[in-house]
Amino acid sequence: MADQLINQVLWPVIYILCIVLPLVIAVAMFVYWERKVIGWMHVRLGPNKIGPFGILQAFADVVKLLIKEVILPTKANRFLYFMAPLIALIPALAAWAVIPFSGQMVLSNANAGILYLLAMTSMGVYGIIIAGWASNSRYALLGAMRSAAQVISYELAMGLCLVCVLVLAGSLNLTEIVNAQAGNKGILEWFMWPLLPVFVIYFISGVAETNRAPFDMAEGESEIVAGFHVEYSGSAFAIFFLAEYANMILISFLASILFLGGWLSPFPASWGFIGHGGFIWLFIKAFLMSFLFLWFRATFPRYRYDQIMRLGWKVLIPIAIVWVMVAGCMKFFDVVTVGVGA
Amino acid sequence: MNPQTLQLICFYAFGFVTVAAALSVISLKNTVHAVLALVLTFFSAACLWLLLEAEFLALALIVVYVGAVMVLFLFVVMMLDIDQEKMREGFVKFLPVGLIVAVVMLAEMLGLVGVRAMNAHVLGQNPAVAAGMSNTEWLGHALYTTFLLPFEIAALILTVGVVAAVALTLRERRDARYETPSQQVRVDPRNRVRIVKMAAVRPDEPTASQEPQS
Repeated sequence: MADQLINQVLWPVIYILCIVLPLVIAVAMFVYWERKVIGWMHVRLGPNKIGPFGILQAFADVVKLLIKEVILPTKANRFLYFMAPLIALIPALAAWAVIPFSGQMVLSNANAGILYLLAMTSMGVYGIIIAGWASNSRYALLGAMRSAAQVISYELAMGLCLVCVLVLAGSLNLTEIVNAQAGNKGILEWFMWPLLPVFVIYFISGVAETNRAPFDMAEGESEIVAGFHVEYSGSAFAIFFLAEYANMILISFLASILFLGGWLSPFPASWGFIGHGGFIWLFIKAFLMSFLFLWFRATFPRYRYDQIMRLGWKVLIPIAIVWVMVAGCMKFFDVVTVGVGA
Repeated sequence: MNPQTLQLICFYAFGFVTVAAALSVISLKNTVHAVLALVLTFFSAACLWLLLEAEFLALALIVVYVGAVMVLFLFVVMMLDIDQEKMREGFVKFLPVGLIVAVVMLAEMLGLVGVRAMNAHVLGQNPAVAAGMSNTEWLGHALYTTFLLPFEIAALILTVGVVAAVALTLRERRDARYETPSQQVRVDPRNRVRIVKMAAVRPDEPTASQEPQS
């Protein structure tokens, strides 16, 4: 009994903490990095007062948010108003369970890993919708409506991209998908090349799914002040913030795992030390992908509602459907060599 | 604790949540709360399927119903402004009819269960386990080999449904203005703006400012 408790309860909890705590710190550092990068792009300095180079700014903000008062609007739905941030946060954290950090480092090596991820990311929208409705505010409701329509449209394109990947890899398991991208030619073996359009579509849909600029209609600070979380303050707001950034980092990791060979090295295995795979490669790739989020935010103007819908339904989904067939043909005629195994 | 007891406890826990959530769908006063209770019902039903090792069906239920269908439901219900008192007025009037329908349905279901129980046969081993494959893999093989034709027919019927739904609801408005994005992209700036080159000119300096200097 005690053995069982330790093996099946204590260790999993420790593993989960090993993922969640670094994730929360990564979110804090990512916020700092975002403000710094956008500052440089605007020819400003960015945060530079707290700690060396302003590196403690994010932590100061967390303390500030936690000691602020949480305001409940009149006639707001009390229960749902406080549940909404949690409903947003839980899927954002739960999705990390199936992310493989290296060949052996994975919390749950689930057979249907991709499906699980799709299920978790599709549930994140509830937090936004419920927050928008429970706040009893017109701006918040407008933000929730926009977000619901947007997330549903881009989920389709995202699902079709995942279909391409799993057709080539022949598995729903994320570890096997990465292993399918292993080979003697390093970077040339990644799914990014045979699935280049799909890779681009996947990342665009990922940006749209996380409600980030240029798809940040749900917030739209210049039109509907801050959208779904306009009424939230203090720690409730901080949780929304945490969920959004955890989702961004998740999308970066997923893009790296599905299309950029996960923990595999970009160099051929024969190159010795740098040819070996390791979690450091995954982190470098995810860092580069997450930098794109910041770059987009600093450079692109926000899409209009009809433009977003047009892009999703009339451009991304048709291309993705065609590429599902192309991927099927690639698989059938053995154009792509899949996985020598790592 | 052996795994089977744990599984049984989990089954009853999920089953209880499913039934309680399903009951609250029809008993809650607030429509948004009712939709959220329906979401919970689907979710715990998916958990029950996971216990049966039907992982593909469970996750597909969450992706399709929780992730997409119910979001649209919620979307519509949030926009509605339903007068609860008015909706409740007919409750007593229609109660007898409702009860009769409920009793008939219960009797039919009990009859069906009884008939099934008479010629019940024990289910064989889980075919996925027998084939040594994961549930998803086995389902894929079965759908795309043995049941290919019914599967394709179902897909075709769904496509027809989609086309019909769009055809029925799509009404083009004559007075609405549309813009064609491809046309917008193809616009040549030279047709819109004329850039004129001219040398810099200084305006004539007013005489009033010159006077104090001289």
